[in-house]
Amino acid sequence: MGQNLYHKVFDRHCVAQLASGQFQLFIGLHLVHEVTSPQAFAMVREQNLSVPFPQRTFATVDHIIPTTGAGRQRPLQDPLAEEMLQHIEQNTADFGINFFSPEKGEQGVVHVVGPERGLTQPGMTIACGDSHTSTHGAFGTLAFGIGTSQVADVLATQTLAMAKLKVRRINFTGALQPGVYAKDVALAYINRLGVNGGVGYAYEFGGEVIDRMTMEERMTVCNMSIEGGARCGYVNPDQTTFDYLKGRDYCPEGEAWERAVADWQSLASDADADYDDVIEIKGEDIEPFVTWGITPAQSVGVAQDLPQVDSFAEADQLVVREAYEYMSFEEGQPIVGTPVDVVFIGSCTNGRMSDLREAAKFVKGKKVAEGVRALAVPGSQEVARQAIDEGLDKVFDEAGFQWREAGCSMCLAMNPDQLSGNEISASTSNRNFKGRQGSPTGRTLLMSPAMAAVAAVEGKVTDVREFLE
Amino acid sequence: MADNTVTQITGSGIPLRGNDIDTDRIVPARFLKCVTFDGIGEHAFADDIKGLAAKGETHPFADARFANAAVLVANQNFGCGSSREHAPQSLQRWGIRAIIAESYSEIFYGNCVSLAIPCFTADHETCAKLQDAIENNPEGKLTLDIAAASATGPCGTVSLQIQSGAQGQLLDGSWNARAGLLENLADAKAVAKKLPYVSNYA
Repeated sequence: MGQNLYHKVFDRHCVAQLASGQFQLFIGLHLVHEVTSPQAFAMVREQNLSVPFPQRTFATVDHIIPTTGAGRQRPLQDPLAEEMLQHIEQNTADFGINFFSPEKGEQGVVHVVGPERGLTQPGMTIACGDSHTSTHGAFGTLAFGIGTSQVADVLATQTLAMAKLKVRRINFTGALQPGVYAKDVALAYINRLGVNGGVGYAYEFGGEVIDRMTMEERMTVCNMSIEGGARCGYVNPDQTTFDYLKGRDYCPEGEAWERAVADWQSLASDADADYDDVIEIKGEDIEPFVTWGITPAQSVGVAQDLPQVDSFAEADQLVVREAYEYMSFEEGQPIVGTPVDVVFIGSCTNGRMSDLREAAKFVKGKKVAEGVRALAVPGSQEVARQAIDEGLDKVFDEAGFQWREAGCSMCLAMNPDQLSGNEISASTSNRNFKGRQGSPTGRTLLMSPAMAAVAAVEGKVTDVREFLE
Repeated sequence: MADNTVTQITGSGIPLRGNDIDTDRIVPARFLKCVTFDGIGEHAFADDIKGLAAKGETHPFADARFANAAVLVANQNFGCGSSREHAPQSLQRWGIRAIIAESYSEIFYGNCVSLAIPCFTADHETCAKLQDAIENNPEGKLTLDIAAASATGPCGTVSLQIQSGAQGQLLDGSWNARAGLLENLADAKAVAKKLPYVSNYA
């Protein structure tokens, strides 16, 4: 029996087995942002510890940073946000950690910046005080979110105490239908396996659908592993991975590159690898998905009606009823036609070039529906520059979108971009939790960038397949 | 050296019904704008409390009957979503010292271990029975025994489960992993030397 990538990578990073039964894992890349790190740096200082591998940690600012030019003037208007920004600047300076700052033009959502700089490489272990660290699994890494005490652990030791996970292979067979995107693939497996189906598992995504995907699409799929309860999800590295990485800032060059590729290839799961579970999802069966509730599993194909409460297991009916009440939706109603107040295109799930390009296709030459507030937010300053080079900022601007600067923006309401009252947003982000987008009564419908774009133009949830050329 | 062992927790309970209660609900993101965890206990379930109050209902965390509670009894997938340690920090500073639930998100669970909050699991019937018993007798004290993995209180003694690793760490006081990790720093450096990417495949 062969080995899967999870075990190969786990084994080569294993430092020791701890008394707790957990394993001490060396962490190859530590990413840090301003929200979950200040207390961790404080813990390191309080214990008088040093940071033994400062060159393996990289930081940026994403959650709290405003996305308008005026909003980014220092000091930031919100004194709490300014304080957090000053802390990450000071902490990274004090400990010799590279800070991708807005001033240098290197800033962005931490999970967009790591891959685009070539920091995220196959076979690494990656940790960050952020649950969407699973994004980096797209490159064949073991990448997981951690809490602040664990951020301090990684700063002080470059290691973590981790239990070994089981591995579930999810095969996406066949091909996706037109109008169906990586985001729909993510929402499909979460819908199928549930928000806690992945607890105790790493997800290995494979099959023809995944094989054909670009790296950006794979990142979208891996990004939402955590929404399915899986702390990490990954795709085996292949030629698509290597082509993406070649020539990026932190990647090896020349002969070292050849050695790297050979190493990366050796880490991919063996053809006869053993899995704890294997699941198959037919690509043809996946529709453009929209969430209707307060968990990412509460979703339907855009052409479907909202499910009956009694179609759920009894244990889940409470949260289904709670969702209908919170959303002011009723069982049996169609999701299509639901009016939207806000459209948000961006985030670590869908804030990359291909997302903006795809959304722009459906927006070009059209106008955002009256009364709809629409934001297009690049995932990083690099994405912003590239989008502007391609004229996408103008496409969005002319359609009535607000073209913004890089950050987490409306994904999580720690910056000025927020819903108000019980507004409904069509959002390309990853969470539709109650209050997630900043208003305690705000409502979020998760969908692909293309679906969000047509929702902006139509002012309501619309099946993107009606607009395909 | 301080005694960090956790063997038993006694306190009254607080029931929180429903699956998939995420960390955004435990502590909404706007309260994460802080550089220390001080004061974060005041914001536990801030929006859920307000939301229910608007309907004339009372959230358990705003219910005077449970104001002194130490043992939270929840249902499935408790603490899902964001990795924010602010969530268990908020619960702990509010007064929660142990949790019983049907299941947890992994990141939340790990964060609780780092804070020496025992997280027990039990099946749906047991959690529901405990929640009912607490509703009926909010003053009643529950005693949680870490080694025996049991809860004793108004509804008698019920068996719970606890992950053996976390159980051991609570019992021997090694729940803060950092000291153990630091002991092996030389080994960690040796592992790093063998990893080809650490030298950028030179």
